This record gives sequence, C-alpha cells and structure tokens, in this order.
Amino acid sequence: MLSQLAVILFDGFAFGMLLFVLSVGLSVTLGLMNFINLSHCAFGMLGGYVAVSVMRAAGGNFLLALVAAFVAAALVSVLVERTLFRRLYRAGELNQVLFTIGVVFVAAAAAAWFFGTGQQPIVLPDFLRGSVEILGLRLGAYRLFLVVVALVILAALVIGLEHTRFGARIRAAVDNQRVAQGLGLDVDTIFAVTFALGSGLAGLGGALAIEIVGLDPSFGFHYLVYVLIVVSLGGLGSIGGSFAAAALLGVSDVAGKYFVPEIGSFLIYLVMVVILLIRPHGLFGKR
Amino acid sequence: MTDVTRTDVQTWLARQSRWSPYEIAFWIAALVPFVLFPSYLTLASQIAITALFALSVDLVLGYAGIVTLGHAMFFGFGAYFAGLTSKYGWGEPLTGLLLAGLAAAVLGYVISFLITRVQHLALIMVTMGLGLLTHELANSMSWLTGGTDGLQGVDTWPVLGFEFDLWGYTAYAYALAVLFICFLFCRRLVNSSFGLALRGVRENVRRMPAIGSSYKAHLRLVYAISAGMAAIAGALLTQTTNTVSLDTLSFQRSADVVVMLILGGTGRLYGAILGAIIFMIARDQLSDMNPQYWYFWIGILLMLVVLFMPKGILGGLTRLIGRRDE
Repeated sequence: MLSQLAVILFDGFAFGMLLFVLSVGLSVTLGLMNFINLSHCAFGMLGGYVAVSVMRAAGGNFLLALVAAFVAAALVSVLVERTLFRRLYRAGELNQVLFTIGVVFVAAAAAAWFFGTGQQPIVLPDFLRGSVEILGLRLGAYRLFLVVVALVILAALVIGLEHTRFGARIRAAVDNQRVAQGLGLDVDTIFAVTFALGSGLAGLGGALAIEIVGLDPSFGFHYLVYVLIVVSLGGLGSIGGSFAAAALLGVSDVAGKYFVPEIGSFLIYLVMVVILLIRPHGLFGKR
Repeated sequence: MTDVTRTDVQTWLARQSRWSPYEIAFWIAALVPFVLFPSYLTLASQIAITALFALSVDLVLGYAGIVTLGHAMFFGFGAYFAGLTSKYGWGEPLTGLLLAGLAAAVLGYVISFLITRVQHLALIMVTMGLGLLTHELANSMSWLTGGTDGLQGVDTWPVLGFEFDLWGYTAYAYALAVLFICFLFCRRLVNSSFGLALRGVRENVRRMPAIGSSYKAHLRLVYAISAGMAAIAGALLTQTTNTVSLDTLSFQRSADVVVMLILGGTGRLYGAILGAIIFMIARDQLSDMNPQYWYFWIGILLMLVVLFMPKGILGGLTRLIGRRDE
C-alpha cells in the first residue's frame, strides 16, 4: 500500500515535471513583457509534431527528435514574436488574450490539416521502455527520464539566470524594464532571445508529453489551462516558483484522479482559485 | 457652478440616449425573419439568446473592463435553474426567467466580492477557474443535473397563452421580446451616471477613488446585473429547447462569447448583438465543416480584428460611415 502511494506520488511528480518544462518559458516571458501569451502551448504542440515527424524520418531517434522539437519551436516562435506579437506589447490584456487565442485556433486547424485529428503515436527507444527498480519501487523508465530532464533544465536555468551576464540582464529587465533600458540594456533583444528559449522549452515539453498524455490538435488548448495554473501560482518570472507549483499541481492532479476520480479536476481548479484569491501574485510571486 | 456641470452632464447623457434612425431600422429588421425566413426561426431565436448573453458580458467586459473568461457559469446556472424549476412542477416561463435571473444576480453579487479582489492575469485565471469549477461541479452532481446526458424532462408551459410551436414562431418572438426588454434596460443603464462611472473605472481604476467614487461597489453591482442577464439568456435557451446540456457551462461558451464581443466591438451594445449575429450565422453556414477548420477562420478573423480594427467591426463601420464616435 505504502509503495503504491510512493509510485503514485512519483507519477504525479513526473507529470509535474512535464508541466514545468512546458510552462517555465511562459512564466519568464510573462514576467518580462507582461505579454499574456496564450499560444504558448501551441508552440509546445509544434514541438510535439516536429518530434513525431523527425522520429518517422530518422528511424526512431528519440533524442534527435527532442533536440529538433526545441530548435523548431524556438525558431518559429521568434519569427512570430518579431512579426506579430511585438505589435501587441502595448495593447490591453484583452487584445493580447484574444490575439493569442486566435493563434491557438489557427495552429489547431493547421495541425488537423497536416496530421489529422487522431492521436500521434511514437515508439520509444528500448532504454526508455519498461520500468526500473529503485529501493524496491518499480518506477517507469520514461518517467524517470522525464524527471532527470526536468531537473537538468531547472539546474541550467537557475545557473544561467543567477550566474551569467545574460541572466543578470534578464533579471534586471524583469525587475524594472524602464530602468534596465535606461542603463543601456537592449531589452528588445533580451526579450526576443528569452522568448525563443521559453518557446523552445515548450516545444521540448510538447515532445516529451507525447508518451504521457498523447498528442492531437487540441493539445494547445487542453494543456493551456494547466500551464496557466502553474504560471499564475508560481508567480511571474520565478523559476523556483514554477517548479514548486508544477510539482504541486502534478502530484495533486494525479493523486486526486487516482483516489477521488468522481470529482475529476474539481480539486485543482478549487486550489487554484483559492490560492489566487489569497495571493493574487501567486505563491512565490513578488509583484 | 455645480448646477451648471450637472445640467451639462444631463444634456450630454440625454443626447447620448436619443434613438438614431439606424437603431430603429435595426429593430425593425429583427422582425424580418418572421416573414422572409420562417425556416430559420430556430436559428434566429438561438441568435437572440446568444446576443442577450453577449450583451450581459459586454456590461462587465466592455463597459466595466473586467476581463472574464468564465461567464458561462451564469448562463449555465440560469439554464439549469429554469430547467429544474420546470422539471419539478413550475413550468411557467416568465416567472421562471425572473427567478433564474434573480437567483443568478444574488450569486453574482456574492462572487463579485471575489472578482474585485484580483486584477490582470489573476483575474482572468480566477474567472476561468470559477467557470471550470462550475462545469466540473455540474458534471459530478449528475443526480441533479443529469451529467453528460443533459437534464431530461423539462416541460415549459405556454408563454402568455402561446404554445411553443415546432417552427419556432413563439420561441423567436419570446426570445426577441426578452432581448429587446433587456436591451432597453442596458441602454438606460449605460447612458446613466452609473454607466459613466463604469467607463471611468475601465479607463483608469486608480483615478476613480481619487475623485470620490467607490469603484468596487460599482463593479459589484454591474457584475450582479450582468450575472442575472446571463442567467436569463440561459433560462431562455432551456425554455425554447426544453433540454439543458452540460455545454451550457463549458469554457468554450465563455470563450466564444468573448470572441463575439471582440468581433462586434466591445463597449457598444450593438457590438455585442452584431458580433453574436455574425458568429452564429457563420457557424450555421459553415457547420458542415469540421469544427476545427471553422475555428481556423475564427482565429484568422480574431487576429485581423485585434490588429486592424481594435474597436471591432461595428467600430470600423462607424468610422467608415463617418458618424461622430461616442
């Protein structure tokens, strides 16, 4: 019984890590430009479809597919950001919300057009299949891989943000955009690069998600809610906050659906609304 | 001095609320389906109901500036409320509408205390969260709501002696009349000093308390009114179709109505109605298409409107015609 509980907690944590990879980019870009980008998961979906195509073309090389997903999502996002999104930074939040929802609609239709509306299956390489026994617990190999990937990304982001010059620039721009600009930082370029990185991570998340939650044209919408919950609970621009919020959401979602399936997603929505009412800037948000 | 300002404001408001020939023509045109398109009357009543819902959202979103992505909770609440009262013995439509509207207004007033606590992203998330929460709640309370099968056994009595007919004559007349009455109410509301105060909140939340206006009280009141109107729209849907399905509460409905508003133009009552008309007719015409492709065009349209017509189609039209704006 206890080991079963541990496995459920682990599965929840792994799902949370997936959500972390999907959402951390949005948290940073939202903190940076206050641009409410609801199409973030559409870039995740793009990554997923790129990964599926690369897997088919390259004979099932999963790691190559992950890299391709990251690169493709990053490139396409920076293109969209430079041509379309940047016009909306000064527009009201309603316009941003609607424009990016429009992007999600178009992306979903394009995905249905090119790939059909069905689920896209992938075949994992052997070393990610089956399960691994650790401390007497049988844990899914893929979920373990997911946790490792997410922890590596977390470490890279924290080190990159805290200990590099570019990270310092991002932090400065998040804290106070005007002053940063006044000090001669090129906030525009910083934002473009951050946006590309964040969307790239979303693309990676979309590729990683195929095995866990599947991939179909509704991905951009379906996981948007989860991602927004992570971002609003974690607080804008806070990587640690996103990590904690994603882990919390993943565990409570999986555990809730396992132990009390009849109330479905009720629990996570309730937790989100209550937390936001008490702390409108999220659990770890500063502003 | 104050007297002069007061009369100025009153003349301005009176001038704003004068009926223009366009408006009269519009409402006469609303009667045309009875004569020219009798086979489309069911669609016409759906449009009138949706327009009423859009109108209610316009009050909070367009006039008071509260971005909401969860207003379907009131629409669905009204739909279920009317369905349940009729199922358990009271199928009189007019009182059913009123009761649903009042109950939802009370509920909306309670919820408005939560809504006015938060702003920006948190506001969007809280409204969306509450909407999703209501949807899940109705789904899990299937002993009351019928769950995914929908609520069965709704029996609406004749309205003022007119039976609901198969062709939808009564349904459209009823929906149109309710829409018109609610529209008159909204028109009076937004052209009052209360409506002006709401626009003040929308334009600058911080300045309103500085000039002595308690903006939170205004927001709570308008939110309650809007909730009541959304519920009336939902109740109308129940009464004209005699079923209630779970999708009255869906996120899709909340999102669609905001899309309609943006297409038509926010902060204009006719924008809400026009948006609903365009959206519903387009969906009806394109319904053979896979819904995902139909959303492709909605997506494109949304992006174009946001980029090039920030005041919506109606805003663009008034600029074209060259009528003085506001």
